[in-house]
Amino acid sequence: MELAFSSDQRELLDAFEQFFANESGPAIVRRAEPLGHDDSLWHKVDAMEVWGSGASTSDLAVIAESAGRWIAPVPFVEHAVASPLIDGLGAGIATISLRPADADGVWRLVPAGAVADVVIGVDGADLVAVRSTPPGSGPLNHASAPLADRSARDGERTVLGPAADMAMLLARWKVLTAASLVGVASMSLELALKYVQERQQFGVPIGSFQAVQHGLADLPGLIDGARLLAHKAAGAIDRGADGLCNIALNEIDDPLALASMAFVFAGDVAAHATDRSLHFHGGYGFAEEYDIQLYYRRARGWALILGEPAAELLTLADRFWPAAASAQGSGH
Amino acid sequence: MDFELSPEVVAYRERVRRIVAAHHTPEAIRVQHETGTFNNPSLNRALAAEGLIERAVPGLGAGDPIELWVLFNEIEKAGSPVDALGVAVMIAGVVQHVGNERQKAELVPAVTSGEALICMGYSEPDVGSDLSALTTRAVRDGDEWVINGAKMWTTMAHEASWVILLARTDPDLPRHKGLTMFLIPMDTPGIRVDPVHTMATERTNATFYDDVRVGDDCVLGEVNGGWRVMSVALSFERGVMGGTNPGVPLLEHTAAWARRSGRLAEPAVREKLARVAIDNHVAALLTQRSAWIAASGGLPGLEGSMTKLFASESYQKASRWFQEMAGAEGLLQLEQPGAAADGWIEYDARHSPVTTIYGGTTEINKNNIAERHLGLPRARR
Ligand SMILES: Cc1cc2nc3c(=O)[nH]c(=O)nc-3n(C[C@H](O)[C@H](O)[C@H](O)COP(=O)(O)OP(=O)(O)OC[C@H]3O[C@@H](n4cnc5c(N)ncnc54)[C@H](O)[C@@H]3O)c2cc1C
Repeated sequence: MELAFSSDQRELLDAFEQFFANESGPAIVRRAEPLGHDDSLWHKVDAMEVWGSGASTSDLAVIAESAGRWIAPVPFVEHAVASPLIDGLGAGIATISLRPADADGVWRLVPAGAVADVVIGVDGADLVAVRSTPPGSGPLNHASAPLADRSARDGERTVLGPAADMAMLLARWKVLTAASLVGVASMSLELALKYVQERQQFGVPIGSFQAVQHGLADLPGLIDGARLLAHKAAGAIDRGADGLCNIALNEIDDPLALASMAFVFAGDVAAHATDRSLHFHGGYGFAEEYDIQLYYRRARGWALILGEPAAELLTLADRFWPAAASAQGSGH
Repeated sequence: MDFELSPEVVAYRERVRRIVAAHHTPEAIRVQHETGTFNNPSLNRALAAEGLIERAVPGLGAGDPIELWVLFNEIEKAGSPVDALGVAVMIAGVVQHVGNERQKAELVPAVTSGEALICMGYSEPDVGSDLSALTTRAVRDGDEWVINGAKMWTTMAHEASWVILLARTDPDLPRHKGLTMFLIPMDTPGIRVDPVHTMATERTNATFYDDVRVGDDCVLGEVNGGWRVMSVALSFERGVMGGTNPGVPLLEHTAAWARRSGRLAEPAVREKLARVAIDNHVAALLTQRSAWIAASGGLPGLEGSMTKLFASESYQKASRWFQEMAGAEGLLQLEQPGAAADGWIEYDARHSPVTTIYGGTTEINKNNIAERHLGLPRARR
């Protein structure tokens, strides 16, 4: 049992914290808006070669948290999930479509779809990879994320396997996005702590007011809880755990269930933490000039791109209480 | 991170689970709710018979904080009460740590045999969160101490064999330095126990100390060292002895009811159930982390505060959601025909409010986290 990062992971985290602090400061993040992608930063990240087949989901989650802390304008999570499947399909950015292609053969609002060279997703009964020229732009959106619609038919198309293979890709995406959202939440708390100790009102730092303190004090437990859950999910994926879900005993080892849980929880925590942090910035929190608004928008955007949380919760409920449909007909 | 329990702990957990299942019977539950005494003597004895209480006492048994967490988490998840046994085990650990030979010889075996309970006399009618302001006095008279005062919320005093009583021995010293912890048999003349009934059926007590005379052998730890003894107790507790997963039996009761009633097919119901399952799991992971920190030689005091905040607030949220979801049937109590989840939803809705109050209120925990974890300046209050 070890409920903290290993020493290797701490080193990994330190290295990426230093890297993103130097290379993905707020000025870079702002410069990349509204597209939300910085190609020169991407090349530096790519050059660090963390994608190799040996990269565990756990280690990638450590890096994803750091990328989230610096809201780095690069498709780290998407490429980490998709690139292992396109070995030999050529270089460039890879991503996944979170939803199956629609009747017109279009993947809608693909994360990193504006910049990815290869998109992997479900089209009918197949999991396919399509290489085509990225549009380089997409619809303006809340998170300044490089979203775009992509065709599942036009381009160099390779069938990778049955559509069911998408489940594990989605689970990895959820876990790494959860880790990024933990990073968003933890940096938002740090921004709040810095601000409330500097800003003075009534002759004292606003951080000495109990109402302000109490508004922040429940965040560290939520953030730690979200991180623990994300890493439990990552570990379950890496081990190919046995799929146990025993709600009565509160024992859950199933990678898909844990990934959904981590994703929903981290989304809530990031929304809550950014909300509190923005609020305690007062009017400046609402100003474009202050960084917290960048975090506030991403906390929501990164979580909602998958769809409404209720749908995710219902999928989870199907896993936990599978016989429900028949219970309805059982005549009460 | 590695969340896996060792095979030994898994085997231990199975053992605990088996014993709890055999003794957490409908009859035991009925007696608890009838008497308001939330303790299960037959479970305590059965655990003792297998040596599991001795094993759990900090500093005495072979068990580590991981086992301590597993023991109380299993009892709690089954829906069986944890506090009475938890306090006894914790205080036995304190006595083992700072007690004199006679205290160790008498109290420790009484607890490890599953027979004796101990109550905590800290809070007073006028003193709760600001404990160092307490006014119960212990005055030297020859080679005895004479104790006078009143304590409030002395849970289990009506069943306990001893009370650990925090009293002021030196009013001239700074507030928390003039306090001494006493370990006093409950049958000592001058102690009176009056019941205090609570909205959740559970009985606690007001206790009164009227010229209670005890010798130096009843001092636990050092004279004027009571605050330190209390922190030893807290450091043994570490937030791993129950109280962080009350949502697990609540969810189980509610899901079973939803299945029986056909409500389980409703998306709104399923969504809430899934949310509570997530919160329950996060609460468990946070508790497991405290146990792991303690087992690795750390003191997870602040982590315990964070866990308590999260666990108590999510339990309250769950019990409110479930009661609303159950509608009018969610108002019906245990054993009432037609009660949603056999009345457990109503019971938890009545019980959950206390969890943000006792064992350190939400606000006190937030003060600690703000000052000692977030590093914010001492608050203007
Ligand atoms: C069922 C039950 C069982 C208990 N069992 C025991 C027991 O066995 N032994 C024992 O010694 N005690 C026991 N307690 C007492 C418990 O520990 C206290 O209730 C608790 O510490 C709070 O103290 P109080 O009730 O006096 O509330 P107060 O301290 O009066 O607090 C009232 C309100 O004011 C808030 N408040 C107080 N100070 C501050 C501050 N500085 N900043 C912000 N807000 C503040 C509190 O958070 C709370 O909401 C029990 C209580 C209950 C209800």
